[in-house]
Amino acid sequence: MRQYLQTSVIWLFLALLLGLTVLASHVLTGPVSLFTGLFIAALKAGLVLWFFMGMRHETPMIRLFGTGALFWLAALLLLTFVDYLSRGAV
Amino acid sequence: MTENPPSYLDAGHTIRSWLLTTDHKRIAVLYLISVTFFFLVGGAAAGLVRADLLTPEGDLLTNEGYNRAFTLHGVIMVWFFLIPSIPNVFGNFLIPLMIGARDLAFPRLNLLSWYIYMLGGLFTLIVLLVGGVDTGWTFYTPLSSMFSNGHVVLVAAAVFIVGFSSILTGLNFIVTIHKLRAPGMGWGRMPLFVWSHYATSIILVLATPVLSITLVLIAAERLFGLGIFDPSLGGDPLLFQHLFWFYSHPAVYIMVLPALGVISELVAAAARKPVFGYSFVAGSSIAIAIIGFFVWGHHMFVSGQSMYASAVFSFLSLAVAVPSGIKVYNWTATLYKGNILLDPPFLFAMSFIGLFVVGGLTGLALAMLSIDVHVHDTYFVVAHFHYIMVGGTISAYFGALHFWWPKMFGRMYPLTWGRITAATIFFGFNLTFFPQFILGFLGMPRRYHVYAPEFQTLHVLSSAGSTLLGFAYLLPFVYLGYSLVASKRASANPWGATGLEWTVPSPPPKHNFVEIPTVTGRPYDYPVDKEDSR
Repeated sequence: MRQYLQTSVIWLFLALLLGLTVLASHVLTGPVSLFTGLFIAALKAGLVLWFFMGMRHETPMIRLFGTGALFWLAALLLLTFVDYLSRGAV
Repeated sequence: MTENPPSYLDAGHTIRSWLLTTDHKRIAVLYLISVTFFFLVGGAAAGLVRADLLTPEGDLLTNEGYNRAFTLHGVIMVWFFLIPSIPNVFGNFLIPLMIGARDLAFPRLNLLSWYIYMLGGLFTLIVLLVGGVDTGWTFYTPLSSMFSNGHVVLVAAAVFIVGFSSILTGLNFIVTIHKLRAPGMGWGRMPLFVWSHYATSIILVLATPVLSITLVLIAAERLFGLGIFDPSLGGDPLLFQHLFWFYSHPAVYIMVLPALGVISELVAAAARKPVFGYSFVAGSSIAIAIIGFFVWGHHMFVSGQSMYASAVFSFLSLAVAVPSGIKVYNWTATLYKGNILLDPPFLFAMSFIGLFVVGGLTGLALAMLSIDVHVHDTYFVVAHFHYIMVGGTISAYFGALHFWWPKMFGRMYPLTWGRITAATIFFGFNLTFFPQFILGFLGMPRRYHVYAPEFQTLHVLSSAGSTLLGFAYLLPFVYLGYSLVASKRASANPWGATGLEWTVPSPPPKHNFVEIPTVTGRPYDYPVDKEDSR
């Protein structure tokens, strides 16, 4: 029962964050809007990883591999953006 | 020896007992047969390409036929031979034996991986029969997504499918190495072959999905006209190259890291000395795997990528030379004052080191922005990656085959023939690919089959070398095949090498160890008692 309650609370919190994303996209403008959206998305991904994907019950080794995969994804996006954002500059 | 249980080869003689086996050793033999088949198909395509290049006019093939021949050669050799060869044959056979386990962690998943590999192979053969594909093995957009007349979606499906085989094998190896090591075998006591497969598996699991998604995107754009890579629809063709090389550069390390692991074993056994700087050699495998993820942009220096991005990738590409250099220096230090045996596995290891160094140093040249602009998309690049991927990986593959053949099949082979083969492969390889460095430097572009007459002499040399190389690659079929029926039986440890795999009979029994061994010492504890050696 406790598990269902906790899952529901996390789900509600995720729904709330989704609402915040929509609100921020209407209220904020420019880079602030983008970075707020990205920050909320990262928070949501973290909650999903930690609670729904059960990372909080795992051993440090599994967490290391989980973080490693995120790190790889971040490297892929970051280095691709280095190219994309600086293409006009040179 | 009568008290030993029957070997894995004697555990059943029906076809069913092979096709439904979950024994990692039998699955390794299934892979050995299948990768050999694809090696022959890919090699035949290479022979066709080299024959066509004998004359400046390219008389043998049409333009279209030439494009299809070299694409087929690349697709088959990369995805159906170089990537699966060492991990799936020797990794499968040896990892459980080397860490003192009875099998891999997921034996049925292992068999499934082989079936998935064969399904991908079947798709590729269908493509071959219906006319092939002309995009090059890199499937660059917008050629592949908009203009190609070949069967791009079918080949993409083949590579997509075979990618799952890689992912599952990598996953299996990671779990096996984490969970099934024998008591006492800590991370600091693992053979370097196992370390290198651990690093390879991490790349397989983390990079292959990116390729799979990219191929799905290509198929989606080609079939449904989605604007992902097509600029006229709002897409970005460079994005394809970013995604493709994010997998395909680490894929080079998928090919070469297991080879580096093989060479560490061969060098230690040949020199009869512990590997110099064991922990550095082990750590450098992991470092290569990690840094290897950050260098993909060096494939795109002249494709319209920004100069800032190119500078970042140039720096990162130079950084990967450091752990590669550590390995070569440490092997050299291991050999120093070693009691060296000039057996075939050692000769193949020497061949590997020579070719890997040439390939690595020309790789450094290509990582420099200025030099890359000059030789980009020329035969210099072709020569460079063949030195690493073909010279390196295939030397190590043959080295592994000659080193562990007695263990796998319980038979010795004529060593002189092995020595002749190693020398012929080394000579044939250099005759094939060294002229291509000069061709590239002089400006001969890759993927052209009609060329200026002044390049003909170097092309003829290269084609002559490839004939010799092809002949040398076929030689082991004769004497290794002969050894299966007529050679003397091998002892448990014919080379006097260390490692748990040499403590079981040759060929090993079905469940490897009667009792799981306990590891008490460090790896490569040479010299070994010579009583059991040949």
